[in-house]
Amino acid sequence: MDLGMIEFHLDAGSGVSPYQQIVRQVRQACRLGMLREGDQLPTVKEVVAHLAINPNTVLKAYRELERDGIVSPRPGVGTFVTATLADGSLAAHEPLRRELRGWLDRARRAGLDDESIEALFRTTFRSAAAEDVA
Amino acid sequence: MSAVIRARDLGKRYGRRWALSDCTLDVPAGHVVGLVGPNGAGKTTLLNLAAGQLTPTTGDIEVLGGRPASGAGQLARVGFVAQDTPTYAGFTVAEHLRLGARLNPRWDDALARDRIARLGLDPGARAGKLSGGQRAQLALTLGIAKRPELLILDEPVAALDPLARREFLQGLLEATAEHGLSVVLSSHLLSDVERACDYLIVLVDSRVRVAGEVDDLLAAHHRLTGPRRDPARLPSGQDVVTASHTDRQSTLVVRADGPIHDPAWTVARLTLEDLVLAYLDSGGQTGRPALEVLR
Repeated sequence: MDLGMIEFHLDAGSGVSPYQQIVRQVRQACRLGMLREGDQLPTVKEVVAHLAINPNTVLKAYRELERDGIVSPRPGVGTFVTATLADGSLAAHEPLRRELRGWLDRARRAGLDDESIEALFRTTFRSAAAEDVA
Repeated sequence: MSAVIRARDLGKRYGRRWALSDCTLDVPAGHVVGLVGPNGAGKTTLLNLAAGQLTPTTGDIEVLGGRPASGAGQLARVGFVAQDTPTYAGFTVAEHLRLGARLNPRWDDALARDRIARLGLDPGARAGKLSGGQRAQLALTLGIAKRPELLILDEPVAALDPLARREFLQGLLEATAEHGLSVVLSSHLLSDVERACDYLIVLVDSRVRVAGEVDDLLAAHHRLTGPRRDPARLPSGQDVVTASHTDRQSTLVVRADGPIHDPAWTVARLTLEDLVLAYLDSGGQTGRPALEVLR
């Protein structure tokens, strides 16, 4: 079966919900330039038949991508990529990476091991996300 | 959308044993519903009641707005694949399709033939000579080609090897996407349920412990870890599903109607498997469990 430009896969042990995995795979493919503007995503039926997943999961993922302005549906034809993510934000990666490296070096000098660093990052990331929501 | 299954205080008793009790459910249309629970929890009983193979002892059940098996019209709208996907061993594949055409007013012969061809089944082969996976696919073909609005399947993949299981679910879900079919299936394979189902019913000890859309359930349940405390002192709106404690630490699975703000807790999401296991673990307990030390 021809699945077009991208073939989804699911990692059952990832703890990430199947719909989020599809959203991430499309975003990732757009970010890396594997999906470009005008490319067609596989139809819901194709994804369902390929992955043996719930059709609503695929619909939900596609709707979220649509809300984010990454794809748009053409009724009776399919769902198409309308934006590339490999634009402005890519330029910001490098300076952010340098800052993060600096922070990691400081954390290590302070005596934190890998697990402590990860735990600190995660809790800070989560509380920051929670504050943004609140 | 209307309910595919609507049950009110539904119960079924065999002699002195209740196979299903106090079952109240509203399952909306358009879902693939996973019915999970330990063996003997009442899954088959509930499905047989919905298919009209059994009559209730108490309460009532409506399927697609009608009484199960109440007439030819109702029978045509509901497909039922019983446990172990039964077929007639002495009949050929082609004879199964002819029987399907004879018995079902909405029979889609083109669909049936197309599926059999795609599966590579020999129309002349007797069902008794097919592999377990092929027999399951034949039973599924009959269920889909009947073109029901609701297809009920009791443990359809339990006896199949992983590849046959995947192929069966692919066929089932493809039909769901294509025909807008609602599905209720029981399974104890949580990984399959996680992929295939967007609505979950957990049955334990003949009672419905939790039911709802998978996304809503996952959003509403949390694992809280923090300094030991009495679960009875949680704020209202947070219901404890399971609790375990050491001298210093408490670990709770809670169902909450809003976000958890208490900074003393480390809050983690549950997977569908965690969630189901939490309810199986909580057994038939009612109310909040007492604080006890588990070592």
